[in-house]
Amino acid sequence: MRLPALPAVLFVLLLPLAALAGKNEIILQSTTSTQNSGLYEYLLPLLERDTGLRVKVVAVGTGQALKNARNCDGDVVLVHARDAEEKFVADEYGLKRNDVMYNDFILIGPEDDPAGVREARDITEALQRIAAARAPFASRGDDSGTHRKELRLWKAAGLDPGAAREGWYRETGSGMGATLNIAAGMGAYALTDRATWISFANREGLAILHEGDPALFNQYGVIAVNPAHCPGMNIKGAETFITWLLSDKGQKAIASYRLKGQQLFFPNAHPVLPGNGG
Amino acid sequence: MLPGSQLMEIVALSLKVSVTAVLLAALIGIPLGALLAIRRFPGRTTLTVLVNALMGLPPVVVGLGLYLLLSRSGPLGVLQLLYTPTAMIIAQTILVTPVIASFSQQIFSDLHHEYDEMLRAMRASRWQTVLTLIHEARHALITAILAGLGRALSEIGAVMIVGGNINHATRVMTTAIALETSKGNLRLAVSLGLILLALSFAINLALHFLRSRLERAAHA
Repeated sequence: MRLPALPAVLFVLLLPLAALAGKNEIILQSTTSTQNSGLYEYLLPLLERDTGLRVKVVAVGTGQALKNARNCDGDVVLVHARDAEEKFVADEYGLKRNDVMYNDFILIGPEDDPAGVREARDITEALQRIAAARAPFASRGDDSGTHRKELRLWKAAGLDPGAAREGWYRETGSGMGATLNIAAGMGAYALTDRATWISFANREGLAILHEGDPALFNQYGVIAVNPAHCPGMNIKGAETFITWLLSDKGQKAIASYRLKGQQLFFPNAHPVLPGNGG
Repeated sequence: MLPGSQLMEIVALSLKVSVTAVLLAALIGIPLGALLAIRRFPGRTTLTVLVNALMGLPPVVVGLGLYLLLSRSGPLGVLQLLYTPTAMIIAQTILVTPVIASFSQQIFSDLHHEYDEMLRAMRASRWQTVLTLIHEARHALITAILAGLGRALSEIGAVMIVGGNINHATRVMTTAIALETSKGNLRLAVSLGLILLALSFAINLALHFLRSRLERAAHA
């Protein structure tokens, strides 16, 4: 029984190799926020219908997405940490960076708001109140776009709870959804992107406590991996993807994605996009 | 939330990856276990300890090591295996082989003690000895294979890294459960967990009946 199984097993093993050759598909390194919100499940079938291009999404934090792309394990990145994206392009790992869409970050926390951040005038004061009350705060701690944003906000507030090893500051080292689960479990505050929050189903007494500060702007950018750095990558597929995403059609598709009656992402590939509804 | 067709796709891929990995691991692990049990050679003890220790190899470490090898910028990058089911099969084969080899070694040493004198009296060649022992061990080896399948089906650390949890391509039961948990869809995540449990139960039940039938046939 053992010997005849061997050729069959080898055949199964080699199948994907044959299938890969000359396929019209790309690998997109992207963030957990865009995947968890269901955006790709809505967008990618539309893209495939228009262009015939298949997109395989690997959803990790922004930091890891850029590292994977740097190792040539992807054709395009769609992430949200502008400084890291610009460095990626400056280091010649990627071609041009384009704005795609935006939404915003929000501060969530236990409904009874022990630190009183609802009364804060801006996000800086909100964070200072959390620190002053030593209320539990769940940080991503994973070099994601959201984590980078959070660190910048703490810095702007003149605080560095991570370095101070404060007991109330908990680094989860996990994705956005996993961090929200932890925040729900221990009644902690957390910074999250709005898309993940809207799609998140396990809120357990958490609520939006602070929003609307311009500092909470959340911009997503798209970059094709540089074929000079990664000769084997699918540049044609990457260009097809980016062109579609930035076209009126792609931008309208982003604007039309709604979950629980709310628009999650606002296209802004062009400063003024007539009739995009967002 | 998760259409039936997609659920079937995920279950099918889980089975394809884990069953293939376990078959490969059996092809390597059973002869390796027999070798360690029967032959005396220098370094045998070291190898035995190593194989036993590798049973505790963390899947995430295997995933990371394999990622570094299979990444396009890694030494095996030209194969373009990263983010494919093949990469997941390789990872699980690495994880399961020590389990099957260790179990097999125990099974073969017990049998060897039992049959050694008789085989010697019959002047059996080394090959005849091995074949006889494998034949005699076939029921017990099913347990070794089941233990390996358990490790493969329940593993997430390695397949998440080398598979990438790509929808319609490399999403399996465990990575789907992690994804739904992170979306806060705890009910769906638990349902998927129960399906995985039921699947494992069904496989064990089927092999249990196969084993008892084999045993009855052997004693008839």
